[in-house]
Amino acid sequence: MEPVTTHRGRAVALRRSNVDTDQIIPAVYLKRVTRTGFEDGLFAAWRTDPDFVLNRPESAGATVLVAGPDFGTGSSREHAVWALRDYGFRAVVSPRFGDIFRGNAGKGGLVAAQVEVSDVERIWDAVDADPATEVTVDLVSRTVSWGGQQAPFDIDDYTRWRLMEGLDDVDLTLRHSDLVAEFESDRPGWMPTTA
Amino acid sequence: MATTLAQKVWDSHVVRRAPGEPDLLYIDLHLVHEVTSPQAFDGLRVAGRTVRRPDLTLATEDHNVPTLDIDKPIADLVSRTQVDALRHNCTEFGVPLYSLGDAEQGIVHVVGPQLGLTQPGMTVVCGDSHTSTHGAFGALAFGIGTSEVEHVLATQTLPKEPFRTMAVTVEGELATGVTAKDVILAVIAQIGTGGGQGYVIEYRGSAIEAMSMEARMTVCNMSIEAGARAGMVAPDETTFAYLHGKPRAPHGADWDDAVAAWRRLRSDDDATFDHEVVLDAAAITPYVTWGTNPAQGAPLSGSVPDPSSFVLDSDRAAAERALDYMGLKAGTPLREIAVDTVFLGSCTNGRIEDLRAAAEVIQGRRVADGVRMLVVPGSARVRLAAEGEGLDVIFKEAGAEWRNAGCSMCLGMNPDQLAPGERSASTSNRNFEGRQGKGGRTHLVSPLVAAATAVVGRLASPADLTEV
Repeated sequence: MEPVTTHRGRAVALRRSNVDTDQIIPAVYLKRVTRTGFEDGLFAAWRTDPDFVLNRPESAGATVLVAGPDFGTGSSREHAVWALRDYGFRAVVSPRFGDIFRGNAGKGGLVAAQVEVSDVERIWDAVDADPATEVTVDLVSRTVSWGGQQAPFDIDDYTRWRLMEGLDDVDLTLRHSDLVAEFESDRPGWMPTTA
Repeated sequence: MATTLAQKVWDSHVVRRAPGEPDLLYIDLHLVHEVTSPQAFDGLRVAGRTVRRPDLTLATEDHNVPTLDIDKPIADLVSRTQVDALRHNCTEFGVPLYSLGDAEQGIVHVVGPQLGLTQPGMTVVCGDSHTSTHGAFGALAFGIGTSEVEHVLATQTLPKEPFRTMAVTVEGELATGVTAKDVILAVIAQIGTGGGQGYVIEYRGSAIEAMSMEARMTVCNMSIEAGARAGMVAPDETTFAYLHGKPRAPHGADWDDAVAAWRRLRSDDDATFDHEVVLDAAAITPYVTWGTNPAQGAPLSGSVPDPSSFVLDSDRAAAERALDYMGLKAGTPLREIAVDTVFLGSCTNGRIEDLRAAAEVIQGRRVADGVRMLVVPGSARVRLAAEGEGLDVIFKEAGAEWRNAGCSMCLGMNPDQLAPGERSASTSNRNFEGRQGKGGRTHLVSPLVAAATAVVGRLASPADLTEV
C-alpha cells in the first residue's frame, strides 16, 4: 500500500445521512472476484438520477467526499472502499462512520476523517458556494482545511500510523508468529475444529 | 477488577499487547463465504502464504446461490464464477467447504450454530456483518472486511481497537405474538443506527434469559443494525442444552470441562458498562419498519410518522427521503400498507423456530391474491427438519413457495429479487434502498407478522386474522 500523509483535492458535498454500504455499492456488483474495477458500482442506484451530486459537471475529478453522519453503516463489504478508491476518492469526511467501514478504509488507503457535524456543514456550504474549493485532509496534523478554515479530525493512532507508513498488516503480525504458536499451545483441547 | 462478559472473552484471546497498538486477538473460528473471500485468497496466493489453521476455518456457499434448480449449474455466470472461485480456493488451501447440495450447506450464521461450532467464550469472525449472530452463545463475534479475512486466513489473529461496553436490559415478559425480532427492532429504533458505534452490546434481563437460543440469535444478529461491533448474551442452561449433543460440541468428559469453563462467562455483578439502555418487555408490541434504515421503525399499531416530528435536521431529511423512496404518506396507518411479496428467511429469521411460528399462523389459510410468499430455510438442515415436520406442506398448501437454503431475497444477489416499486414484508435485517432489488421497498417484520401479512395482503399481525 502506498503511504498517505496529506491529500488535497476538490470535494463533493453528499448531503445525506445514513449512507449505508448497500448504497455505496449495491450487492449485484459484489460478484466479481477482483480487487479493482468497482468504480461503475459506486452509488450505482443514485447515479441513475441526473441531478445526483456526482453527476454534476463540477464534481468531475473530485477526490474528497464529505458526507452526513453514519456513513458506511451496514454490510461489511470492503468493496465499498474499493469502489470509492477506484472512482478516485482518497478521503471521506463524516461526523460518524460505520465501524467496519472505517476499519476497511484504513486497510485500503482511504482516509476516513471523523469531524464534528458543524464542520461538515461548513465544508458543504463552502463547496456548494464554490465547487472549485479545495479540501486538504492532513494526517500529520489531523486536520481538514478548506478556504482558509480548518477543523480537527479523529482517527485512531494505529490506523494513522499504518496509512502514513503504507504498512501491510499481515507482515506486521507474521513477525509475532512465535507468540501465536505459544497461544495456540495453551488452547483447551475440547475447543472445536472444522476438519 | 470487575469485568464484563465481553472483556473476559477479549482478555482471554490477547496474543500480544503493546502500548500504542491494538491488541492482537486470537480467532477461534473463521467462517468464510463466496462474496468477501476471493480477493483475500488471491492476496495469500500473491504473497505465497498459506492458511494457518484450515481446521479452524469453514466455508459455505450462501449469498449468491439460487434457491431453485440447485441440482443444475448456476445460471448466472458471474455468480457461478464466484462460487467456483470459492470451491477452487478451498481445495487449494485445504479449507472445509459445504457446497450447494450438501446437507450441511446454508447461511454461514445458521450453519455454525447448528453444527455446534459456535460455543461460549470463543472469538468468531466472518466477512459478513451479521457475524454478531454468534454472540447469542456468549461468543465475541464480529463482521470483518476482506483485508481482515486475508489477515485471519494467514495468521489466525486480528489486531483490534478496544471497544466500549453497553448493556441493553430487557426486563419483564413479552406479550403473546411479540418476538425477538420485535425486541431488536424496538432496541434499534431507540439507539439509532449509529448509537452502538464502537460498542459491544450485552443483552440481559429476564426477557432475554427467557428466550430460546434461536431467539437470542435473532437479537444478536441485528446488533450491527444499531452500529454495534457485536452483541452478546451470557451463556446459561439454555445455551448448554442447545449445544449438548451437537456434532461439533464437546462430548463425554470434555463436555463437563467445557461447561465448567462456560459457567464462568458472565459479567461480574459489580461490573460497569459505558452505556446502559433499559426496555420494558411488556411495553413492546409487534414492530415494523416504515423507512430505509432499520432504526426507522414503529409499532404496527402506529402510523407512518410525519418527518416534521423529528427534532434533528438530519433525521427529518432522512425521513423525508425515506417516505419518498418508500412511496408512503405521513399519517398512513401501518396496517393499511399493502405488500406484493412476503419473504420468510435470512440469518435473522430463517431457523426452524421461525418457520414453525409462521407455519402455525398460515396453517389452514391462504396467501392473499396478488401476493407472493417466499419461504427460504436458513440451511439445508433447517429445510430437512421443516419437511420432517410437514411445514413445507403447510406453506405450499397456503400458496407459498418452498425454496432451498441461502441468503436469497435478504440481499438479492441471486434471482430472488423485488422488481422496481415492489413492496415486501421481510423477516430479514435491512430495509436499505434497493437492498432486495433495485427500486424495491422493504418493511422489516417478525415471522409472525410476515405470515399474517401474507394472508391479509397488508401489514398485519396474527391478532388481525379471523379464526379458521
